[in-house]
Amino acid sequence: MTERPDSMSGFIGPSADANEATLTAPPVADPFDEVEDNLGKPRSLWGDAWEIMRRRPLFWVAVALVVLFATMSIAPQLFGAQDPRGQGMCLLERARWKPGGGILFGFDDQGCPIYDQVIYGARSSILVGLLTASLAAFVGGSLGTVAGYLGGWVDAVLSRLADVFFAIPLLLGGIVLMYSIPTTPDSPYWLVVGKVVVTLAVFGWPNIFRLMRSSVLQVKPNEYVMAARALGGSPLHVVGSHIVPNSLAPVIVVSTIDLGGYIATEATLSFLGIGLQSPAVSWGLQISRASSIPLIRSTPHMLFFPAAALCLAVLAFILLGEMVRDALDPKLR
Amino acid sequence: MGKYIIRRLLQMIPVFLGATLFIYWLNFALPGDPTAGRCGERPCSPAYIEGFNAKYGLDKPFLVQYVRYLTMLLHGDLGTNYYNNTVIHELAIRYPTTIRLALVALAFMTLVGVTAGILAGIRKGGVIDNLVTILTLLVISMPVFVIGGLSQRFFGLQWKIFPVTAGNPATWNQLILPGLVLGSLSLAYVARLTRTSLVENLRADYVRTAKAKGLSTARSIGLHALRNSLLPVITYIGASIGGLMGGAIVTERIFNINGIGGLIWRSINQRDGMTLVGTVVVLVMIYLVVNLLVDLLYGVLDPRISHD
Repeated sequence: MTERPDSMSGFIGPSADANEATLTAPPVADPFDEVEDNLGKPRSLWGDAWEIMRRRPLFWVAVALVVLFATMSIAPQLFGAQDPRGQGMCLLERARWKPGGGILFGFDDQGCPIYDQVIYGARSSILVGLLTASLAAFVGGSLGTVAGYLGGWVDAVLSRLADVFFAIPLLLGGIVLMYSIPTTPDSPYWLVVGKVVVTLAVFGWPNIFRLMRSSVLQVKPNEYVMAARALGGSPLHVVGSHIVPNSLAPVIVVSTIDLGGYIATEATLSFLGIGLQSPAVSWGLQISRASSIPLIRSTPHMLFFPAAALCLAVLAFILLGEMVRDALDPKLR
Repeated sequence: MGKYIIRRLLQMIPVFLGATLFIYWLNFALPGDPTAGRCGERPCSPAYIEGFNAKYGLDKPFLVQYVRYLTMLLHGDLGTNYYNNTVIHELAIRYPTTIRLALVALAFMTLVGVTAGILAGIRKGGVIDNLVTILTLLVISMPVFVIGGLSQRFFGLQWKIFPVTAGNPATWNQLILPGLVLGSLSLAYVARLTRTSLVENLRADYVRTAKAKGLSTARSIGLHALRNSLLPVITYIGASIGGLMGGAIVTERIFNINGIGGLIWRSINQRDGMTLVGTVVVLVMIYLVVNLLVDLLYGVLDPRISHD
């Protein structure tokens, strides 16, 4: 499942060494080499990508889905849903009602409305995905820049450190780490979410680190970087204004794709009973509860709707990331 | 070549030490009392707890425990768990099942994934290509527990094609469905990688040359383009073995298989630290060795990559 972060092999090989040899050149914007179109107006790398993407219907499907789930997680009230943990939401006489007759999604075995649970479940998933991807991109991106720019023993130490966390599969490490930080049902929401985020980011950053490192290594020998140095730019200036902006594209793409993977992993951890804990509302928890054999038989809609929402959310981010990647890659044009 | 292997083996040492230290520290920090429930309904006597801690070295400081563990490891001993079974024994009785599960998954993802990738790549933009792209995207967005739950419901309960759960030890027949579930995600990536790589190679000059000198399409694709296209696929398959082992935790739990994944799950729940650390250490070793082998194989298959 959820070893997605390991699997962006389009960008990365299995080890740092194979990596250098086999990495397909990530798109690098060179300010002195911008494409001129017929009107003579220069377009940037992202401008080019935008021109390609805006004509693709799948890109707009992905954008629409991302916007939909983002809205769902910020303002579930807009979808007419009520907090499923509220008073009077569950009535046992409605238990296991099937969808239909004005009842969207039906009711679960406790008579709670599945629609409201699914809408409210978006928040945890999107929050975990977004925070984890940002944390992993920040840690992996900054360490990768340092390693790629400085080289030498700093690079060696950081690369081995990344290897350590890369050698432990995400799900396996996640399970062990989640168990080591105990939470109780009355722990605050941010602590429960924060724990999942930190756990996933600990095993997710090496992927971004390797990507950023190789990207920086490719940008570093360019003439404009040498020019900036020759003009007396401080290392901080050279890295901040020239190297990072030009090596960031693959990191942004892979982080978007990974975001989908983190949502899936969060759901898996919650499914196993060690991710988010009730009373947090989460798709993983809902699927976990619906997956017992008697409920699968009697109330399949309890499993279907949260699972569909989860898959759609994961799909949205992976699709968006892939559309951007394809548009940025000159070889696929 | 020899130099390269030695350098890689030396690089493995810090990674191995770091990974074991991290896992050992996590296990050390695991909350909960391993003596809980050992003395029936009442708490254990202080004397018993003291004896237990002394026997497993739990009274020592963390670093002393870790160094002791490492020394043991270097002697090929993974220790004894809290149930007086050696960890090696616990692993030995379960590894055959998990390896068979992984083999089913590997065979499935390689055969179906590569075939689908080739069919899609040969006609870029064709019907099969679009179908493969959409299907793989669907599989990638479905977490393994969703695929597992759905296939258990439909193939197992409803259509009764495959057994719903596995016995102990599991038969090959019982491992087919779990293997398909476990391999499904990697299958999608293998198919996409084969497709992308084949599409790129089909546009290469050497394929045009092959066609120009009169080779049939089948020969120029099969002999020339395909061989080069499969290089990244082999790397991916090697790298995915770690992921397969992680996914086995979920798959083995869904289908009730008594393998390594089940062992990890059980040892976490029972606070059986020795078994947990031992299992993870072996997994990390397998991952490191497989990756080295894949990188070496890469050098053999692709003369452009030299390890000297």
